[in-house]
Amino acid sequence: MNDKLYKILLFVATLTMPIVCGGVMYALVTDAYDAFEHFGFFKFLTSSDWNYTDGSEQYGALPFITGTLMTTLLALIFCIPFSLPVALFVGEYFNGTKIAAILSTVTDLLAGIPSIIYGLWGFYTLRPLIMAFDISPQGSGILTASLVLAIMIVPYAASLSAEFIKMVPNDLKEGAYSLGATHAEVIRKIVFPVAGSGIFSSYILAIGRALGETMTVTMLIGNTNNIPDSITSTGNSMASIIANQFGEADDLRLSSLIAIGLALFLITAIINMIGKIMIKRARIA
Amino acid sequence: MESVKPILEFKKTCVSYTKQTMAVKYVSAAIERNTITAIMGPSGCGKSTLLRAVNLMHNLYPNIRVDGEILLNNENILSMEPIDVRRRVGMVFQRPAPFPTMSIYDNVLSGYTLNGIRLSRNQKEETVEHCLQSVALWDEVKDVLNKKGTFLSGGQQQRLCIARALAMKPDVLLMDEPTSALDPIATAHIEELMQDLQKEVTILIVTHNMGQAMRISSKSMFMYLGELVEYGNTKDLFSNPKDERTKAYLTGKMG
Repeated sequence: MNDKLYKILLFVATLTMPIVCGGVMYALVTDAYDAFEHFGFFKFLTSSDWNYTDGSEQYGALPFITGTLMTTLLALIFCIPFSLPVALFVGEYFNGTKIAAILSTVTDLLAGIPSIIYGLWGFYTLRPLIMAFDISPQGSGILTASLVLAIMIVPYAASLSAEFIKMVPNDLKEGAYSLGATHAEVIRKIVFPVAGSGIFSSYILAIGRALGETMTVTMLIGNTNNIPDSITSTGNSMASIIANQFGEADDLRLSSLIAIGLALFLITAIINMIGKIMIKRARIA
Repeated sequence: MESVKPILEFKKTCVSYTKQTMAVKYVSAAIERNTITAIMGPSGCGKSTLLRAVNLMHNLYPNIRVDGEILLNNENILSMEPIDVRRRVGMVFQRPAPFPTMSIYDNVLSGYTLNGIRLSRNQKEETVEHCLQSVALWDEVKDVLNKKGTFLSGGQQQRLCIARALAMKPDVLLMDEPTSALDPIATAHIEELMQDLQKEVTILIVTHNMGQAMRISSKSMFMYLGELVEYGNTKDLFSNPKDERTKAYLTGKMG
């Protein structure tokens, strides 16, 4: 009897999560329906107008999709030269030592800093620097947001990559050393190829984080509704346009924002799924 | 006897993992060219540790100290560059571990690619065929050279690892219980192979298996608690051990 009750409770509690997920999905789809019906699905995603003057309302998601893709891609590029050395340091060169433990703890701490703090730091420290170096006149923009975003995703990419680097069997490394390879050659020709798919998948998951990051990006991207024409210009990401405008939006504009939200949800879900599947494969192999 | 110059000579070789304990204590022995020498002894006696000193494997682990001398063709390897030593002293490990991201073909040549040595197409083909033939693997894999090395059976993988080591044309080949992870048929294959290989290379093999030592080696060492207890012709050592400890091990009273 007790056992049965326990089973039912467990079942109900477990079932809640998929139901919530389905509910979110359902709400997004029904609320976004208006925008998609009004502008057409593909037209909405590929149009670059964002005009909320009464009577000539016109909404398209392209500037924000571009903004999200640009910030994410740049963040990824900036993050690699920092996260890969950290992963090698922790997972290979100083694996098992105290200094590696300290470094990986500190790196992991970076993941725990609230994004508003990153936003403040970016706004009051990085933005003036960008202005001082004359990189862009207003300081904020795609580049500024990407730089801070890069720092935010370093811990995710680094700690997971380090795990895969650690998993490269010692047999293989000793085998390579016994043939006369140097440490650098072992890393380049054995460790990276063997841990490669795992490292790749940890960057996919880091991308998943960067795509949806809202607060920091909203504070730093400049919030203009145009397609950014260079990395120093301002723009808006899918998350930042929603954060900026949801409070004042209604009807078609609100529905358009929700449609952008739905698209972001789907992109992030797909990226995360790809990342997780790849990690599973990398672990088995 | 004096006329035969040893290829490898241990002179008071010691290895220690910590400051207090020595895993190998003052081992002195001379290994003759083109022989198979078996190193026997119970678990933890230091036989693998001694073997791994010969290709400076211990240099990878900063806590391990190697003292004394190990002479390779009269040169002390302990003062040589590890990379140079390892190209002249090949090693085969307990568990077969071909490089999983490389094909069979590339595995044989991995010593060259790892060291950044370029070979011409002809040299590559020749090396691969010659090495795979000397480990009796050529006929089994010549049509699947582009498949991954991990696609082979355990015994085949181990022969591939031997081929990989032979490709560097080493003077000495170290084998650390190379058949302990293999079935009896694969083991027999490798033992047979070693008999042929000693024409090209001097083999030093650590083995747990007394039968194996008797079948393949001409010289044997018996180690106990880090000491080299007895070293001599395999036949003499087995039929007429001089030390009580050797006798106890060989008769199964210890081990």
